[in-house]
Amino acid sequence: MKNYLKPVVFLLLLWPIYIISYQIFFNELGPEPVDRIINHFGEWTLIFIILTLSISPLRKITNSTEWLKFRRMIGLFTFSYASIHMLSYVGLDYRFDFEPLIDDVLNKRFIFVGFSAWLLLTILALTSSDMMVRLLKQNWKKLHKLVYVIAIFGALHFIWLSKTILFKPLIYSLIILFLLSLRIKFKKSI
Amino acid sequence: MKKFKHSEITPEKIYYKRRSFIKSIGYGLGALTLNSVSLINANASNLNEPTSYEDITTYNNYYEFGTGKGDPHRRAKNFPTRPWSVKIEGLVDKPLELSIEEVLAIKSEERILKLRCVEGWSMVIPWLGFSLSELLNKVKIKPNAKFVEFETVYNPEEMVGQRYPVLNWPYIEGLRIDEAMHPLTTVVTGLYGKTLPNQNGAPLRIFIPWKYGFKSAKAIVRIKLTEKMPNTAWKNASPREYGFYSNVNPDVDHPRWSQATERVIGESILAPRIKTLMFNGYGDEVAHLYSGMDLKKNY
Repeated sequence: MKNYLKPVVFLLLLWPIYIISYQIFFNELGPEPVDRIINHFGEWTLIFIILTLSISPLRKITNSTEWLKFRRMIGLFTFSYASIHMLSYVGLDYRFDFEPLIDDVLNKRFIFVGFSAWLLLTILALTSSDMMVRLLKQNWKKLHKLVYVIAIFGALHFIWLSKTILFKPLIYSLIILFLLSLRIKFKKSI
Repeated sequence: MKKFKHSEITPEKIYYKRRSFIKSIGYGLGALTLNSVSLINANASNLNEPTSYEDITTYNNYYEFGTGKGDPHRRAKNFPTRPWSVKIEGLVDKPLELSIEEVLAIKSEERILKLRCVEGWSMVIPWLGFSLSELLNKVKIKPNAKFVEFETVYNPEEMVGQRYPVLNWPYIEGLRIDEAMHPLTTVVTGLYGKTLPNQNGAPLRIFIPWKYGFKSAKAIVRIKLTEKMPNTAWKNASPREYGFYSNVNPDVDHPRWSQATERVIGESILAPRIKTLMFNGYGDEVAHLYSGMDLKKNY
């Protein structure tokens, strides 16, 4: 039974791919399909960041270390969805026309934080293997605390791209702030 | 020296197009394979071709009915547009209150105009309407009037979006008088030859084709002539991002997104963005309104 758990979770975590594939094949992306794809993966990246941040609290609450098995997988999914999000913006929307893109990164703060978050995610993904954990030793844990920065950047990215104060970015930000605040308390109680 | 026959030489024009030719083969092949799995909901890519009725009526920014693009279509179905009247007042000699029937009695014509949203997308819409000047000429504007203010109905019972402070309700928009009197400034009464759907601003809205879409107020109940520049809704919400003029201008970026290009609604995933034109392509008609003005400052 236990051997099946990981593949099953893996297939579940592909959920955003199932949805978008369905919408692509049945022509349900709506009038602005490119925008739809970009937003779809952007939102799911945030949800996956939230999932990643939920692992430690879940471990404490349930007093079970089982959850930790999935943390790397969820983290790598987060990186994958963030990459699809970024690539669909760069490739589908802007056709790899780098001039306006570089301009965007430098001048639009929501793109600046979004792109920074993706760069940091790349670092975490590259150092996610067992070998890197062994190589970096104590520094690995410190390095991977960057996920907190990524979470904040992700939330800011969503808030700043919205035209007014909207419901969804606000909710995601509150959840992220809540999950981050748990970290502060846990540290003190130890 | 080797002599080339004329037929062996690629004409300059075609030679310089070789990249776009190769590109188009790529897109063509891509489109062929993708088309077969119905990936594309593309209509022809003729830019003067009106956007489909479905897209025009299901993809709307109308925050009175919610902030989602699909919200207005779903939530405006039962919005009551009768009885309805519109007041024309303020600095005028003869204030007027017209019933919607009286407004609709004015002869409308088809006007195929392009809508460019500040978010970076565009549609081509076959509106029905007439020039706003026809209404304004009825009231004798006083000489000290400088601006025209449009007010959208405030009806939170029916307009669920107005229950939330997303913007300062009611929605206010405005124009300088010369802009308002320009023949392209249209009072819209319908589209695609039909009555105006609720989600598009029924029973009457304004449409200013050379300005970003949010300048074109919907469901108007009051037109007021003023001396002071109206405190328009989006400028009020974020003055750094939205100016009073808000003319379509590829050279003035919105702080959050570039305005140099736009995505055409109804085009396929594979269609590239197109270049945004100054004044949304209506420069010949309206550029003179702004001669001598710094449009980077007066954004």
